[in-house]
Amino acid sequence: MNFFDLYRRLDQTQSTNDKLAALVDFFARADAREVAWAVALVLGQLPPRRISTKDLKALALRRAAVPGWLFEESHASVGDLAETIALLVEAPAPVPFDGLIADFIERELLPATDLTAALESAWDRWDAFSLFVLHKLLTGALRVGVAKGLLVRAMATAWSLPEVQVAQGIMAGWSPVAASVEALRTGAAVASAWSTPMPFQLASALEGAPDALGPLDDWQVEWKWDGIRAQWVLREGQIALWSRGEELITERFPELTHAALAAELSRAHATVVLDGEVLGWRDDRPLPFQDLQTRIGRKTLNAKVLAACPVRFLAYDLLELDGADLRALPLSERRAQLEAWVGAVHPGHPALDRSPVVAAEGWAELAALRESSRERGVEGLMVKRKTAPYLHGRRRGDWWKWKVDPLTLDAVLVYAQAGRGKRSNLFTDYTFAVLDADGALVPVAKAYSGLDQKEIETLDRWIRAHTRERFGPVRSVEPFQVFELAFEGIGPSPRHRAGVALRFPRILRWRHDKPAAEVDRLADLRARFLGGAPA
Amino acid sequence: MRPDDLVQLRPDGLYCPPADLYIDPSGPVARAWLTHAHADHARAGSTRYFAQRDALAILQHRLGADAAITPLAYGEVTEVDGVRVSLHPAGHILGSAQVRVEYRGEVWVVTGDYKRDDDPTCAAFEVVPCDVLITEATFALPVYRWRPPQEVVDEVLAWWQHCAALGRNAVLCCYALGKAQRVLAGLLGRADRPVLLHGAMEPLVAAYRAAGVALAETAPVKERARGEKLAGELILAPPSAAGSTWMRRFGDCEVGFASGWMQVRGDRRRKAYDRGFVLSDHADWPGLLRTVAETGARRVIATHGFSDPLARYAREALGLDAEVLSAGYAGEEAE
Repeated sequence: MNFFDLYRRLDQTQSTNDKLAALVDFFARADAREVAWAVALVLGQLPPRRISTKDLKALALRRAAVPGWLFEESHASVGDLAETIALLVEAPAPVPFDGLIADFIERELLPATDLTAALESAWDRWDAFSLFVLHKLLTGALRVGVAKGLLVRAMATAWSLPEVQVAQGIMAGWSPVAASVEALRTGAAVASAWSTPMPFQLASALEGAPDALGPLDDWQVEWKWDGIRAQWVLREGQIALWSRGEELITERFPELTHAALAAELSRAHATVVLDGEVLGWRDDRPLPFQDLQTRIGRKTLNAKVLAACPVRFLAYDLLELDGADLRALPLSERRAQLEAWVGAVHPGHPALDRSPVVAAEGWAELAALRESSRERGVEGLMVKRKTAPYLHGRRRGDWWKWKVDPLTLDAVLVYAQAGRGKRSNLFTDYTFAVLDADGALVPVAKAYSGLDQKEIETLDRWIRAHTRERFGPVRSVEPFQVFELAFEGIGPSPRHRAGVALRFPRILRWRHDKPAAEVDRLADLRARFLGGAPA
Repeated sequence: MRPDDLVQLRPDGLYCPPADLYIDPSGPVARAWLTHAHADHARAGSTRYFAQRDALAILQHRLGADAAITPLAYGEVTEVDGVRVSLHPAGHILGSAQVRVEYRGEVWVVTGDYKRDDDPTCAAFEVVPCDVLITEATFALPVYRWRPPQEVVDEVLAWWQHCAALGRNAVLCCYALGKAQRVLAGLLGRADRPVLLHGAMEPLVAAYRAAGVALAETAPVKERARGEKLAGELILAPPSAAGSTWMRRFGDCEVGFASGWMQVRGDRRRKAYDRGFVLSDHADWPGLLRTVAETGARRVIATHGFSDPLARYAREALGLDAEVLSAGYAGEEAE
């Protein structure tokens, strides 16, 4: 079994159980080198050797002997470039790729000075599906569509290992060699790196009334911050900071990780691992998420950037202390130890604090407090079971996020673009506009989700029939269809024509009842959400 | 099209003025010549129909028992006011035909839907030399190139066996007229139990059998007892059944779709089929170009599907006089 067989099986099912079965089968039977590369590819670590889509297209045009305009027509219809090329260049009587992708990558791809030869020999032999996968690999666009949790579960099942051990083993980076697989299976991978974080526990959205959770006394309640979820790891006299996407962000936040801090704090406790949130903070309240993004986006951090967005780390959990793994303890005990540690550290290091517990007499009072979320600059409340251990991944039942209802506005569809992958020949990426002071439409948001399949298909047909102009893949349409959009916040943005940007915009519902002339006005949005006088 | 063209586009469809006849008209007319029995080509309400005789039973079933249909043999010439009209095999489905009209030494051919691949359920496409070819263009993009149909039937069989080994049913969605019978003909002698049929398939399968087409053994789904646990069956169903409550009786099952559209991964995935089988009753890109070349037509008019690319390619790469029938004339072909 090779990576292509795995990819084909994953592609042929909608069911998570079938995906799991395909992965387990693969991990149980495939060659260790093939497994090593497959894990890397699922994790999105693609080999560095690439071909640009421009060069790939030029080679394909020559091979397929079709005029450029016909290539473009084909691409527009198929939607995906890698697939279009695969279908155009496939040779007569092709066969599925029958070797190892490990061999292809290591022997043909990485050493090649020019990928033309490797591509042309692939085009001579392999079927369109195999070529589609290879093109995706070579252009750096390969997505396997398996969440990390599923990958971990499959490896743990196939090799009879605890999931935690697998999750931890792949967390600090994966090297696509057979030895990584061996280390993982024997448990040697876990202790390898000092900075290795622990797998994050994730929360589920709380729908419906919280009373169903039972007495409030059983739960610890905190604010749901709108920052970067992160793990702060102090070991061997150094500090590492990991984002939830398991990327090292240590250097982005020197205030939380600098050497002097590490040296000082490790005198009291040799190892400390905190789960918490990095937040921009000023005047005793969190700064909007956009401000924090300047820390991630900038290549170099100078004093000005640091001063523009001072940060704090608010810890909500203590996972390790002095070499002891605390995750099996109930939350209430971990919390007590967290309070003690933070209490000792906090006065000298105000950037390190704990996320406060929100106290209330009952669910009703809590619900009222939740209504104040927006003024406080938070997204709502987190509700965690006091007796629960710290688990990894999203396990329903112990951690709930109880977010405040989204903000909404009515806007009209003005541009549409075809989606990618599964939605590649449907118009699914929409741009919406509101009215400016002169009554002209000005785009305020792009949204990709929120409609069901039937609505998407109906809207797709409407878009095709009401296209005004085409700009490459984008079509402008008659401003007619009105939608209610939900979003989490609004902020000034010089990069957008409207001068504002919405956070997490998505479609709430299709307003068949509303004419385009009655969509929201930009000035009203500014007044409602930015608090400024109408412009 | 031009005012003196032998075949013209009228609001009710393609019309031949000197013979006063329509081909596959969309509205009721006096004389309707039909290329085949699919619902978007054969519509009820016309005074008199002319069609290939193998299609008679199916047309009578679809247009009503009282529809006046004149059955004709392939190649049989009917003279109407100096116009010679005849039907020729199109290889699309049972009784499908191209319509050839000849008037004052000029020959026009309307292909209707057609394919160039082998199909044991109907007469093979015949190349009809002509001056002007009105050709379908459902799959007129070079990404549509079909594999030998027997290989696709092998894939269906392998999928059925894979599902059976897991104790699952395999529900194959395909059009009830043409595609279903083609799959059944391909499975003849290769299935170890009857293929189960959705109710909509039964009369059409019976009509093919009555016309002498040999098909794999079948049984109606509805004859299986309510509540009986089915496992390892292959069920043929029309695409409209996918996702319906009718599917619930099959419990653990995988759903496939046999269609030329399944060539594109996005089309399969957005329709949420587990498996796509690329089996089409339309000509692929090489089949369309081959047909244009073999008929020797100096003028080509493309209709249905990707008619723009076919017309442009015929003009620019083949140097022919070529155009599109009319943008609004035909919607996307169901397959």
